[in-house]
This record gives sequence, structure tokens and C-alpha cells, in this order.
Amino acid sequence: MTATETETRRITTAKAISEAIAQEMRANPDVFVMGEDVGTYGGIFGSTGGLYDEFGSERILDTPISETGFIGAGIGAAVEGLRPVVELMFVDFFGVCMDQIYNHMAKIHYESGGNVKVPMVLMMAVGGGYSDAAQHSQCLWATFAHMPGLKVVVPSNPYDAKGLMASAIQDDNPVLFMFHKGVMGLPWMAKNPRSIGDVPEERYTVPIGKANVAHEGSDVTVVSVSMSVQHCLDVAEALEGTTSVEVLDLRTIVPLDREAILKSVGKTGRLVIVDEDYKSFGLSGEVVATITDTDPRLLKAPVQRVAYPDVPVPYSRVLEYEALPTRDKIQKAIETVMKG
Amino acid sequence: MRLGFYSEMVRIRTYEEAIRRDYHADKTPAWDIGAGLIPGEMHLAAGQEPVAVGLCANLVQGDALTGPHRPHHLALAKGVDMKAMTAEIFGRTTGLGKGKGGHMHLFDPSQHFSCSGIIAEGYPVAVGQALAFRRRGTDNIAVAVAGEGAVNQGAFHEALNLASLWNLPVIFVIEDNDWAISVHRDSSTPVKDNAERAASYGIPSKRIEGNDVEAIYEASKQAVERARAGGGPSFLEVHTVRLWGHFEGDAQAYRGDELTEAESRDPIPLYATKLENAGILDEATAAAIKQTAVDEVEEAIAFAKASPEPAPSDAYLHVFA
Repeated sequence: MTATETETRRITTAKAISEAIAQEMRANPDVFVMGEDVGTYGGIFGSTGGLYDEFGSERILDTPISETGFIGAGIGAAVEGLRPVVELMFVDFFGVCMDQIYNHMAKIHYESGGNVKVPMVLMMAVGGGYSDAAQHSQCLWATFAHMPGLKVVVPSNPYDAKGLMASAIQDDNPVLFMFHKGVMGLPWMAKNPRSIGDVPEERYTVPIGKANVAHEGSDVTVVSVSMSVQHCLDVAEALEGTTSVEVLDLRTIVPLDREAILKSVGKTGRLVIVDEDYKSFGLSGEVVATITDTDPRLLKAPVQRVAYPDVPVPYSRVLEYEALPTRDKIQKAIETVMKG
Repeated sequence: MRLGFYSEMVRIRTYEEAIRRDYHADKTPAWDIGAGLIPGEMHLAAGQEPVAVGLCANLVQGDALTGPHRPHHLALAKGVDMKAMTAEIFGRTTGLGKGKGGHMHLFDPSQHFSCSGIIAEGYPVAVGQALAFRRRGTDNIAVAVAGEGAVNQGAFHEALNLASLWNLPVIFVIEDNDWAISVHRDSSTPVKDNAERAASYGIPSKRIEGNDVEAIYEASKQAVERARAGGGPSFLEVHTVRLWGHFEGDAQAYRGDELTEAESRDPIPLYATKLENAGILDEATAAAIKQTAVDEVEEAIAFAKASPEPAPSDAYLHVFA
């Protein structure tokens, strides 16, 4: 394989994530993986594909269904200096292990006055769109972002996923790495072509806390994360020649790149936020507050929020797509702010 | 060694007595939990000294111990610096957590000591510490201590299962002081002996009825040796005694006559009598041991009181590394 072919290699987000973990594991013997079905299965959503074959059962640990037990064990290993990558299969399962996440993983560094570090990645699948209903389809990133002490990473594509996973493993803080099932490029789920993309083979990082202008524009800013970024890019490309849309992919929610939001809205004066997490008390409100806390006069028109309505995720396809952020809704929101 | 056990128990009791004195000293005229040089909840361990002393006598540098919301006896027996711990309890910058943790959240990485205010949740953390020790190839072990109220939490059972499954060097200890705040163990737990529960996970288990430091030492010695030799986890339940309230200010009306009976089980005078009868301890030696303890404790308290309070802006530090 030539260097050029290497550079243009296209892989899924799932493959990009497992490749990042493998490279970090080769570089640092303290890195190991724990979770349900992360071993021979390779992760239900492919995040640990191939790792068991290379690293074996000493470093890729299948766990019992005991989320409190194994997330707590990850914390214990991390405070003793290892770098665990722990998978919570679905974010929706946080209810059975939240104490370890927010009372221990998130707080130990603060409570210890900075004397104890918890260098740990907790990765998990989020998001809906495939009729998995109320207990297996939520995003919930704002729930975790609300609580101090956790970094929250929400990639939208293979390149960012690989670089952000490498950064997460190298970080001395607990990092929640939340991958949307729809961006993983799974062979058994309908996908946006953006879930497969160019990814360098070599090790690299994408910094945590830096947003990315995924599509430059001058008329309106569309701020989004994760799967919804792919929809926003589809709309931005479709509107080329009509409306110049700037798509800002936040990539991480904690730390939130407020400067990037202010810079883009300062340029366009118009703001749409697209968020698959619940609308109220969440990310979309926080993005608006970033503007209004600084200078509400940056806005030429009222903000439009395309976020998940305040209802549990319904099962029926008709009902679920009524609630999900879709390209049609995003386009309509852009048209509305352009009239404002 | 027996005189050492006695001295360490006296040291811990002297500490708890002094913290109790200073905790209540400036909560007048109206008792206010948030007032005074030591604000907040205060859970003291008078009566439970034999568990900490008998257990920790078997631990070496590098072994980890995680305790519950009632942690002072365990921290001191584990070797946590008394001055830094006291300064933390007084909320000062020289404290273990620079005044950010308080008495339920004591972290001393040099002694691998930590504690948590959430019942049973230290158990899984100890499993992970044991996992780290094995991965690193050391023969260190991890110990998790909780009260008997913890045995009905999911975290307790998940941790035991995981430790047994992975054959990890961890020792689970339950301090059964009969009371989960005001609920007696007979009202919460249908089995008389939690070693039965631990045994069901394939873990060698034992309940020790007497609050006897020597019996606790011997039982934990076996468990520690097993863990260091790669023999996996052990479980110990000790029937101990809570001489004081769940927290300072707890009127304990729910205890009735049981409190008088509990006071008769105070392990320190009982052990003193035992050592006197064996000709190991006399009045003068006991007085000297007490004086040494008082001097050390008062020095730690003076250090804490003389230490600076944090700057208000320190509240924003240490959220992230």
C-alpha cells in the first residue's frame, strides 16, 4: 500500500474508534478495556472490534452485567494509575450506575484538592432513529455535561472520533465518549455516507474542547453535535447558492467552545441549534445563553431550536421521526431565521 | 504487639474524643450543624477501633484501603497523616483535600487511602484497585470497609461477584455495629451472618462475634496472606459496637436500653483489663500511652486551627486536572 493510498483510506467511525484504542494500547501498557461484550463480540456497536484478537483477555475484559461494579472498578484502577476505557453499552443504562459516575468518577479529583487523578474514559452508545424506543435511544449528553468534573465528547465523523478517542485516553480527567449509533457506519443500520470517511492510519489527536467549522458560510450559523451534524451538512450543501450556511460542529460539550459559537454568530447574526438531546434545560439553551450572556445584539433574528421535544422516545417509526431532528426541520428552521 | 494494638486503639479513641469536643464547642447558643470550626455532619467511630487496628496491622505500604462515611479510625490505622487529616476536617488549605473534601471525603494517595459518603460504593473501587495491583505485578492488596447497612446495596453484591470472578486480591470487611442510623440490622437483613452471603459468591468468609482486636487481626491475617498469594478475595464481618450516635447530635432515642448494653462492650477498657490480667499493662503504662495520644492529637488540632482557610476563589480550582 502506498502512502497516498494510506492517506485516502476510508473507514467507519466504529473502526476509527477501535483503531484509536488499539494504538493507545500499543503505546501505553496501562491502557485496558472493560465492559459488556467488548471482547470476542467486539462491542455491540463495534467500538472494540478486533481488540480482543490483538490484546487478549488480560487487557480486553468482558464483564458481567454489573455496571456499578465495573465502572467502579474502572475508577479504582484509574486512581491507581491505569488508564481504563470502560464501555457502558447504552447511555440509557446510566440509571443503574450513576453514583459511580457522578459521585465518584466526577468528584474525586475535586474532593482530593487535586491530589488524586481519575484518567478514565467511559464510552457509550447514544441516539435513536431505529425504533429502539424509550430505554435505548436517548442522547442525554446534557445530563452529564450539567454535572461538574466530566469532560463530554460527542463526535460526528470517523476522523474526529479517532482523534478525540486518542485525546480522551491521554487525558488525566474522566472523559465521557458518547458515540451515536447512527455515526458508527454499522453494516446493519441505515447510515449517512458521512459515517465512513478519510482517516489517517497514524496516531493523531483532535483536541478536546475545540469546535470545528464543518461547513463555512456567512448567512446563518447552525450549531450542532454528533449525528445531527451529518443532517446539518446535508442541508447546508443542498442550500448552497441560496443560503450560505455555516455548520459549527461542537465536537465536545464539556469544555464547550463558547468562543467558536460567538465568533460564528458574530459573523452571521443568525443562529439555529440542532440537538438530538431533550430540548428543555439542555445544550440548545446553553448555546443561546452563550450569546445572550455576552451580547444579545449579535442576533439579527430570534433563535430557532431544532431539539428533541420533551417526550420520551417513542417506538413507532412515525412517532419517532415526528420527534427527531430531521433535514426538513433543519431546513425549515434556517428559512425561518433568514426571514427574521 | 498486644501493647501496640492497645496504644493504637487509645490513639484513635483520643482522636475521636477530641474531634467530638471541638465539634460541639462552638455550636452554641442554638445548636446549628453548619456552625463552628468543624461544620457539617460528623460520624465518629468510638467502639469500632478494634476493626481498624486489627485489620491494618496486616497491611503494608502500597496496600489500598477504602472506607465509608465513618472513616477516621481506618484512616489513622492505615497511616494517614493526622495533621493533614485534621486540617481537612477543619476545612483548611493544609488539609488532605485543601478543604474541599471534608471528613467523609478523605483522600491520601501516599497511603492509598480513600473514603466515600455513599453506602457500599467504595466496594467496586477496591475491586479496581486490586485489578490495578495485579496488572502491575505487585503483591499489594485492596481492602474495602463498610458498615452492615451496606450489605443490601447492589454495589456490595456486584463487587463481591466481580472480585470472585476475577480472583482479585481484595478483602471485603463489614463493620456490623448493629445500627444503620436508627434501623437495627434485624429490621433490614434477613440473614444473621453476612458471611453466608459472601460465601454464595465463592468467597472464603467469616463472621467474628467478639469485638476483639486479636481475633480480627488473626482473621484478617489469613485473608491478607491468601490475597497476597494469589488466592483471591476474602470477606470478614465483625460484630462491633457504635458507642456514640450515627452522627454527632443524634439523640439515639431509638436505642433505649441497648445503649447501656453497648457501653458495657466498650472494647478499650475490656482490652485494658485483659492486658492487665496478662501482666502486659499496668496503670502507669496506660497513663503514659494516653498522654502520648493526647499530645499527638492536640498537636494535630492546634496545627489545623493555625492553618489558613482557603481563599474563596479556590472553590473554582481542581474541577479538572
